[in-house]
Amino acid sequence: MDRSLFDYTLGLADDALVAAQRMGWWISRAPELEEDVALANIGLDQLGQARTLLSYAGELEGEGRSEDDLAYLRDDREFRNVKLVERPMTDFGVAMARLLVFATYQLHLYRTLTTSDDATLSAIAAKAVKEVAYHVDHATHWVLRLGDGTDESHARMQAALDAEWPYVDELFTPLTEALGGRVADPAALRDAVLADVRRVVTEATLDVPDVSPALGGGRDGLHTEHLGYLLAEMQHLHRSHPGATW
Amino acid sequence: MSTRDWPLWEVFIRARRGLSHVHSGSLHAPDAEMALRNARDLYTRRGEGVSIWVVRASDIEASTPDERDPFFDPAADKIYRHPTFYDVPEGVEHL
Repeated sequence: MDRSLFDYTLGLADDALVAAQRMGWWISRAPELEEDVALANIGLDQLGQARTLLSYAGELEGEGRSEDDLAYLRDDREFRNVKLVERPMTDFGVAMARLLVFATYQLHLYRTLTTSDDATLSAIAAKAVKEVAYHVDHATHWVLRLGDGTDESHARMQAALDAEWPYVDELFTPLTEALGGRVADPAALRDAVLADVRRVVTEATLDVPDVSPALGGGRDGLHTEHLGYLLAEMQHLHRSHPGATW
Repeated sequence: MSTRDWPLWEVFIRARRGLSHVHSGSLHAPDAEMALRNARDLYTRRGEGVSIWVVRASDIEASTPDERDPFFDPAADKIYRHPTFYDVPEGVEHL
């Protein structure tokens, strides 16, 4: 098995899966019905990406694990997602700040992956790139409106950005040497991603936060305490009723 | 934020090139750009459209039920407006 490609694919998959689970929290809670549908759509896009990536990871591993096995039967230390996506997202400003950063990162990542030598990853990326372009658009419109809105919305949007920013750095963790040149290197995307995000933040009359990065480690299975609770909710049905379908 | 603050928009969708935009429904949105995006999420989820128009509902001037008689009744007895007085030559297909 190509261990480094498996870990890489799992990282992409877990980012999307955990982001989708957090986005799902908003269903029935968004400020308007229309926004509720929009956020559900975005969450489902992310879930779709996670499913194809997890299936592919299972293939790469070659031990017969399905997407469900990987999603539902791993513990938090085996998850490879970045910490950005796993923390609670129960404030609308935080949801939009995170989506702006995460979707912009995914957009550049998937765009680069479309030219990867790995045919499966490049096909998955080609489909996902249109989806995440829309996520960027959605987040951009909200960040502009809230940032350049009322005093209250400006202050809350800034607070949300400040809360997310320490976790941005981890997105750009460099590839292991074994993967060099074969897939999209997150470290090489840093300038382009940050330039895109900065442009939106500045236009929204907000300040780009000047904070030190939080401790990374998500890609090595070192997570915040929040991931365990998220997984408990996401996995309990499958674990209580193995193989349940409906 | 309440629905009161978000105006109502009417949504028109063109299903294919060559067809006209058809009214599909309505939605709430804070402004035109967001209305377009909400329309995309609510009304084109199954590939229904290639083009969307949104119009603020308050900008539409509509005929009212009270005006129905003067508006529409006079057309009812003008049968010569319907193309029913032409003999169709035999053997003409695709008419």
